[in-house]
Amino acid sequence: MKVLVAIKRVIDYAVPVRVKPDKSGVEALIPKLSMNPFCEIALEEAVRLKEKGVAAEVVAVSLGPQHFQETLRTALAMGADRAIHVAAGSGSVSEPPQPLGVARVLAALAAREGAGLVLLGKQAIDDDCNQTGQMLAGLLGWPQATFASKLEAAKGDLRVRVTREVDGGLEVLSLPLPAVITADLRLNTPRFVTLPSMMRAKKRPIESASLEQFGLAAADVAPQLTTLSVEEPPGRQAGTRVGSAVELVRRLREEARVL
Amino acid sequence: MIPAWLASRTAVAARSKGLPALTAWRLLRTSAWASADASAPPQPSREQMNYDVLVVGAGPAGLSAAIRIKTQCQSAGKDVSVCVIEKGAEVGSHTLSGNVLETRALDELLPGWKEDADCPIKVLASRDSTLLLGGPSWSLRLPTPPSMSNRGKNKSNYVVSLSEVTRWMARRAEALGVEIYPGFAAKKVLYGWDGHVEGVATNDFGISRDGRPKPNFAPGVDLRARVTLLAEGCRGSLSEEVMSRFGLRQAARAEPQTYALGIKEVWQVPESQHKPGTVVHTIGFPASYDTYGGGFIYHMSDRRVALGYVIGLDYSNPHINTFQEFQRWKSHPAVRSHIDGGTCLQYGARTLNEGGLQSIPRLSFPGGALVGCSAGFLNVPKIKGTHTAMMSGLAAGEAAFRALTADKAPDKGPVDMSNYEEALKRSWLWDELTAVRNVRPAFRWGLLPGLIYAALSEYLLRGREPWTLTHGRPDRERLRPLAEAPPAPAYPKPDGAITFDLPTSIYRSGTNHEHDQPSHLLVSNPGEFERSNLPHYGGPETKYCPAGVYEYRTDEYGRSKLHVNAQNCLHCKACDIKDPGANIRWTVPEGGQGPSYTAM
Repeated sequence: MKVLVAIKRVIDYAVPVRVKPDKSGVEALIPKLSMNPFCEIALEEAVRLKEKGVAAEVVAVSLGPQHFQETLRTALAMGADRAIHVAAGSGSVSEPPQPLGVARVLAALAAREGAGLVLLGKQAIDDDCNQTGQMLAGLLGWPQATFASKLEAAKGDLRVRVTREVDGGLEVLSLPLPAVITADLRLNTPRFVTLPSMMRAKKRPIESASLEQFGLAAADVAPQLTTLSVEEPPGRQAGTRVGSAVELVRRLREEARVL
Repeated sequence: MIPAWLASRTAVAARSKGLPALTAWRLLRTSAWASADASAPPQPSREQMNYDVLVVGAGPAGLSAAIRIKTQCQSAGKDVSVCVIEKGAEVGSHTLSGNVLETRALDELLPGWKEDADCPIKVLASRDSTLLLGGPSWSLRLPTPPSMSNRGKNKSNYVVSLSEVTRWMARRAEALGVEIYPGFAAKKVLYGWDGHVEGVATNDFGISRDGRPKPNFAPGVDLRARVTLLAEGCRGSLSEEVMSRFGLRQAARAEPQTYALGIKEVWQVPESQHKPGTVVHTIGFPASYDTYGGGFIYHMSDRRVALGYVIGLDYSNPHINTFQEFQRWKSHPAVRSHIDGGTCLQYGARTLNEGGLQSIPRLSFPGGALVGCSAGFLNVPKIKGTHTAMMSGLAAGEAAFRALTADKAPDKGPVDMSNYEEALKRSWLWDELTAVRNVRPAFRWGLLPGLIYAALSEYLLRGREPWTLTHGRPDRERLRPLAEAPPAPAYPKPDGAITFDLPTSIYRSGTNHEHDQPSHLLVSNPGEFERSNLPHYGGPETKYCPAGVYEYRTDEYGRSKLHVNAQNCLHCKACDIKDPGANIRWTVPEGGQGPSYTAM
């Protein structure tokens, strides 16, 4: 079974960010980029499936500007067999490709590669959309299990068991393959990239693909949403101490008007 | 008598290494005893990789050596494999410097660098000024000494971000075939059977705080090379180990190194205030008469201003808080006029060498050499060390190339690097450092005598004087106990616009470490801090560390206990230098962690 993993390059999670002075978006004070943590978890799961013999090949895919190739190299170092970079989007990190466009490309790629399973991170930490996996499943007409915290699959099985983290607790689903699964935080702890694997990954090629090869045009991946403004949340006001419960009730009724 | 299970291991090792069994046993001894503990999970075996040249540290010195070797390979038609490892997550992540770059060494290393559109060295240093800050509010313009001035017909000094320059150098190096691996720290030096340096071992990943391997444990690798160049920067952990093991300071009759701590910020300022190429140096406030301290303000490209305060770590007042001194310096009108209305982008700190010629150790050891600030080539009155670091890297690269590819050179075994030191002694680097060797030590007499001597040296003596002043005791022994110390300075509260508190500044450095790992700051003799540092010196580690790593917390019985917040560490090495009891040893944490400098 071939497993496709979608990777996105985002602002590193530890970097300080600020709202731009013109309120048009968010910018990083330190332009350090790395693989989206949830994508790392998805990739780790795919590599574990390969180590168990369930997956035959792990293909890492990234849609975005040229510099996304560095993250694909990290994906190769973590254990992916092939890496495909689909060039799209402007050079700036502040306009990342949007979920619907990414889903369209992934759908075409999954069909072309004959993937049996597509693993994605549940969301990207820069836009927090949480939409790509779901849209992809819709476009392909495949079953989906999002927020996966446990994945059980055996070699040769036609179904997978996925435990999802939902608001009420844990939900266990059984899905026929092919399917789309998005990874949540507790699915696994990604492995470290070791020096020898990085050395080997540097020598391997990264396949390039263009939108035309999938029968898509630039308009299919063009952003559909425009950010109008981004503002910081209002500052927290200091609380006041009250002398007694009676006064608290009085103030809640008269000043805050919540009772 | 060797037990049977050990004898079999010894035989295996002997076969694999082709070594006499007894020597193999000595090598295996430590690992054998460690794995004899049945409760520890079996260690996966470490991989070994071999190179001709291994460079530890992708800073200007290390990259210069790598680039030099590869360019010589190209012109001579030979091949030498070069591997550079770097503990920062990316090249340049741990690089911090003023920086006004004198391109003398770069011109020799990469002659066509100016035509390279990708090169970030663009802003010519044009305006010089030297200010004496007399008090918190007034300043006096002083004449700029000729060696420090950036104008003149043969001068081409540029205001740069050294972090950006090293990134560019790394791209050039990779294009030449150098293998660069950021995110991997050199944890230990590997020694051969006769004691020569054989390479380094990179750090293990995934060890938890209590020392046990975690599920994602990944062992480091042993990188073996015929030449190991240590380019770790000032007070490099492996460099210090090698210097003491081979007695490199004693061999050169060098004095102990003396250091300074530089704390720096990069701001983005309004267009009207930005004058690219402006170079300002200040002395005086807030340093007292007997403290060597000064500031710099450099206007870079893209409306950015780099400014910082450097304080000599031979200061004696235990109340000095280096971070607060920097904030105080920023609040002086002559300094704040540059950054008013701007935004602070990044913050960081790093120690630098001030020992000059007197403190340079023997530079080569069996199996390798020291390059750059690991040895200490900074020109203190000029406040420039990058050009000398690059020059030393260049010379080391050449010596390594020659030794590896000489006609009758053997194929295996360590290489003799003594030509490197001889070449440096004949070069402009040695002349430059000799000329200025007495300026810094003269400041021990005080600010005014130091300035007078500096002027004398600059205009008249130029190093020709027959005497060489000494630095005296090492920095850690200079601290006066509380009983003899002057009163503590009063540090004002941060205003949030120009001056900030420590947590905000740490956040801006992007420093981050995995919490669940053993502390990389090795504290030997832990009780000493509560017994000596706290009562006698007032806990100076809580004051000189620019990242707030050390703090004293009171437990429920009211006793103070030292708490080490290793995850804040900026890798500046001030604690390794200044702790009065020499109880702190800085070692590398897991690779890929620490600060994330991009414009420093």
